[in-house]
Amino acid sequence: MATQSVVGTKNRAGQVVTDAWKMMHEAERTPCFFTGSEVIKEAIRRANCDVMIAYPITPQSEAAALIGELFAEGFIGDYFRGESEFAVMSQCAGAAFGGARVFTTTAGPGTMRAMENFPMWAGARLPIQMIVTCRGINSPLSIQPDTLEISYLLNTGMLVWHAETAQDFYDWILKGYMVSEEPDVHLPLALCCDGFFVTHTKDVVNLTPADMCLPPYDPYRSPVPCMDMECPPVRMMRDPFVMKSNYISYATHASWQQEVWAAVERSRKHAIRWLDGLIEVDKPDADILIVSSGTAVSQGREAQALLEEDGIEVGIVKIKVLRPWPGDEIREATKHAKHIIVPEFNVTGWLAKEIRATIPNADRVYAGPHVCGGMTMPPEVIAADIKKHLGIKSESLAGRGS
Amino acid sequence: MSKERIKIAAEMFEIMPSEYQDLVDRATYGKEGRGWKDIGTSKELIEEHSLCAGCPESMAFRYILASLPAPEDTVMVGSTGCTSLVFPHVGVHNIHSLFGNQNAIASGLKRALSVRFPGQVKDVVVLAGDGATVDIGLDMTLQAWFRQEKFTTICFDNELYANTGGQESGLMQKGFVAKMAPVGKTFEKVKLPEIARESGCHYVVNCTVSKPNLVEKVIKNAIHVAREIGPTYLQLYTPCILEIGKNSMEGLQEMRDSEKPTERFAYKEYVSDEAKELLTELAAKEKERKAAAKKQLAEKQLAGKA
Repeated sequence: MATQSVVGTKNRAGQVVTDAWKMMHEAERTPCFFTGSEVIKEAIRRANCDVMIAYPITPQSEAAALIGELFAEGFIGDYFRGESEFAVMSQCAGAAFGGARVFTTTAGPGTMRAMENFPMWAGARLPIQMIVTCRGINSPLSIQPDTLEISYLLNTGMLVWHAETAQDFYDWILKGYMVSEEPDVHLPLALCCDGFFVTHTKDVVNLTPADMCLPPYDPYRSPVPCMDMECPPVRMMRDPFVMKSNYISYATHASWQQEVWAAVERSRKHAIRWLDGLIEVDKPDADILIVSSGTAVSQGREAQALLEEDGIEVGIVKIKVLRPWPGDEIREATKHAKHIIVPEFNVTGWLAKEIRATIPNADRVYAGPHVCGGMTMPPEVIAADIKKHLGIKSESLAGRGS
Repeated sequence: MSKERIKIAAEMFEIMPSEYQDLVDRATYGKEGRGWKDIGTSKELIEEHSLCAGCPESMAFRYILASLPAPEDTVMVGSTGCTSLVFPHVGVHNIHSLFGNQNAIASGLKRALSVRFPGQVKDVVVLAGDGATVDIGLDMTLQAWFRQEKFTTICFDNELYANTGGQESGLMQKGFVAKMAPVGKTFEKVKLPEIARESGCHYVVNCTVSKPNLVEKVIKNAIHVAREIGPTYLQLYTPCILEIGKNSMEGLQEMRDSEKPTERFAYKEYVSDEAKELLTELAAKEKERKAAAKKQLAEKQLAGKA
């Protein structure tokens, strides 16, 4: 198709359109020391995006503004600031209906304000990519990291991935388009990270060459017609189903919802290929496993090192993809574990609930520790909770009253 | 879109639905000077609708679709309401997504089409009810105008929420007793045409759809101005005969009564200087085209006689 025939040509910014697999896996990488926001910009520089729509909300404002610089430099077809997240997500939908590769970013209350759009995006099969730099959504006002908003995205029909590091972020933004634009998927992607921890800290990230970019989006490789009047205006249906109370109407709506979730499932094989699996496992034979996603995994690794000093072996399961849910992988990875610890940056422990619903002998799952409202998660807290769970006495931690 | 795109391979022609055969043979895609007079003699871009019998919205839909200057390159954006029952029958691409976000959808759509088809005509036309335009979607209606987005916004003003059963809306008249306004609406009809003018619209008209030639004129003007200059707004009275206690045959009279000089739908227009210039230019061209066509016809007739 068109994606192959354009390889080797130049895009609007003079970058060479490169086979995506080669670009991501074979092209030379250059290390740089950037903030997460700068990394988002660098990924989008190479993503051959048509339209980006921005709105300020901490902690994604910097990334959204940096992409404006890319527009000024000619890397993006169009860019503007919308009036609210609800409007922005609708503007993104309009651009995607019109056949554009679309990118946007949001966070916390913005995600919640825009929520009505997300099942619409999925139902309309719009492969928009949205970065979610998670932050608190509750009142009183908080701008600090908190992953509660991810739980609201899980049942929208969007693909939901949770990046741990800036390197994940860089690679997954580019790979994300390749997965979500597959004709048998063609769904929006919420690429989540923990705000501030990833967006505002600097890290070494290996970048692909700046003169290479992804193949352009081909809107005609789609399960639904592109709304550009370049294909016949099919009459969708004899009667609109919206108001009908009859079996055919119900069946039509039901089958389309089922199809959206079947498309989420079909993304599995593509995500496995591009991300090298939906989960990543370190020491699966350990009796104790820390299973988590996002930066809670990084803190888990630190706790793993602390416990190793005490002679306690702990394994790590990093969940990269939340939708589609890697149920089989998690069952396999945890089959030997006696204790499963799920640290999370939110108050409700939604990830632990998902894991409990997935594995046999769910009483092995210890939901916690939970930190929220912007609190950090010191590895000592994870280590202490694990010891407590094992019945090992540990030194008291300041301020915990234990 | 080239009309070639909708042509049917000769071998397949017979098995296609008759509506599609009609669309290929008798639609007015690409016809210069198309307008409401094509109704009845060519294939319309609207199939049978599912509105109430005698609903003035159905007249408005037919006139508007017959008047689009370039339907083969027009994408329409709707919203939830009675209009969303009609759009699935319409022969141009159209988008329904949510309730009230139509001008946001159209903003993204128009920009995407401009990126993908630079220098080509791709008209975007929003058509939504007054609840969508003025109440739930007012923010996005106005913001699209502030940003000078180049598309036309048409509001079917029936002065209430018709599809949900006749509740109060911002464009309802003061004092009208309706659902959710049990003692009568307590505030004035929102003056959106005036707000549109102040918000940067270059062509604004407030009228009814009682006269098809007038609808044709304002639709063409609004779309041409939006294509070349910036946002345009049409507020068209399409009374909900059901909710104001009228019969199927009474919609036209209701519109005629409401467009009298002292009434709320007396013809009102605002045209920016830029738009005036453009419309004068277009009118001159149209005059030339008609004169040339007339001359050609006369010559043809003369040649026939000879």
